[in-house]
Amino acid sequence: MAVGKEIREKIGSIKNTQKITRAMEMVAASKMRKAQVRMQSSRPYATKMKNVIAHLAHAHPEYKHPFLGERDVKRVGFIVITSDRGLCGGLNTNLLKKALIEFKSWRDKGVDVDLCTIGVKASQFFKRVGGNLVSKASHLGDAPNIADLIGTVKVMLDSYSEGKIDRLYLVSNEFVNTMTQAPTVDQLIPVQVAEPEEKLKHHWDYIYEPDSKEVLNLLMTRYIESQVYQGVVENIACEQAARMVAMKAASDNAGNLISELNLVYNKARQAAITQELSEIVSGAAAV
Amino acid sequence: MAMTFHVDVVSAEEELYSGTAEMLFAPAVDGEVGILAHHTPFLSPLKPGELRIQLEGGEEHFIYVSGGILEVQPHVVTVLSDTAIRAKDIDEAAALEAKERAEKALKDKQSDIDYARAEAELAEAIAQLQTLQRLRKKGR
Repeated sequence: MAVGKEIREKIGSIKNTQKITRAMEMVAASKMRKAQVRMQSSRPYATKMKNVIAHLAHAHPEYKHPFLGERDVKRVGFIVITSDRGLCGGLNTNLLKKALIEFKSWRDKGVDVDLCTIGVKASQFFKRVGGNLVSKASHLGDAPNIADLIGTVKVMLDSYSEGKIDRLYLVSNEFVNTMTQAPTVDQLIPVQVAEPEEKLKHHWDYIYEPDSKEVLNLLMTRYIESQVYQGVVENIACEQAARMVAMKAASDNAGNLISELNLVYNKARQAAITQELSEIVSGAAAV
Repeated sequence: MAMTFHVDVVSAEEELYSGTAEMLFAPAVDGEVGILAHHTPFLSPLKPGELRIQLEGGEEHFIYVSGGILEVQPHVVTVLSDTAIRAKDIDEAAALEAKERAEKALKDKQSDIDYARAEAELAEAIAQLQTLQRLRKKGR
């Protein structure tokens, strides 16, 4: 029967698309779980380090590390983390929008912005929109190595030490839960140190080897790196979660479309049969 | 019974060890140190080397660290280990590389547009081919 060939073909093609989106959804779900584990396992490092830094900052008032002191803001640095690939809903768009708003508020104050991008989407975006791109990293994969980030972060840290920038921010997605990812802007430098609660009461200090300055320098660099690394890992979890949700929506939409088209197809088929019957009946009646 | 203390070995990427120990040997930059319970607070960077954790029963754990920081408090010892091999020159080289990537990305404006155009043309060609195939099928 020649009825509804086009509709049938369309249903077929939508079914194929649905198969793809469903597969992507499942892949994203399993990757997300892995990314979440990675996210959690990288947390103790940063927390421990933060504790040590907080202690050092308070125990050592005579040596102020440059990363701890505020200074006049003439230029700021931003590290923007996005995914490498698309098809993850509004994740990157929302983040970049937030970053742009942030940049604008700085520019309105007459402060220029230096950029460091991690992820293909960010560098593509700022190439188009314009921005002073200083360093860049991309294609870190699902399990990023901290080694791939060292260089990128060092560029920003160096330009802070040289006085080219006076503040450093990190723009990345925060993993709230599977359904929600929130773009956030965090201040990396100057490092915001929490007040130690009871530590100040009984004052104690470490023995340093070789000396406190060197140890603190090392700690600071590692701390910032770990913060960026954490941002990257968290962003991967966000990306997979967003992709999973987006692909689920796409599969559902495809399902709706298929059932609608099926209805149309069946109606057309029935109409054709009815018409044929009535033709036969009226033909027989005429004889 | 010997005194024990808690040891945490963490890297930026994962937690490597967590548990109690009797003694810990670590490759500090100024020479190997052995830590027992109630050690004075101590902070030192580590060299690449082996971390030896002696457990209560005399059992030993070995963890290789490629550097990091050792933090000692009377009851807790934390090793913040590096996973990457770190040296000043290597870091410097990595930083230069990142900068170059950025410069290249900015210069490559042209090629990116070319790429986008090529992609669009390819998509168009594929669509045309599909239409042709469909027509041919219908014609048969």
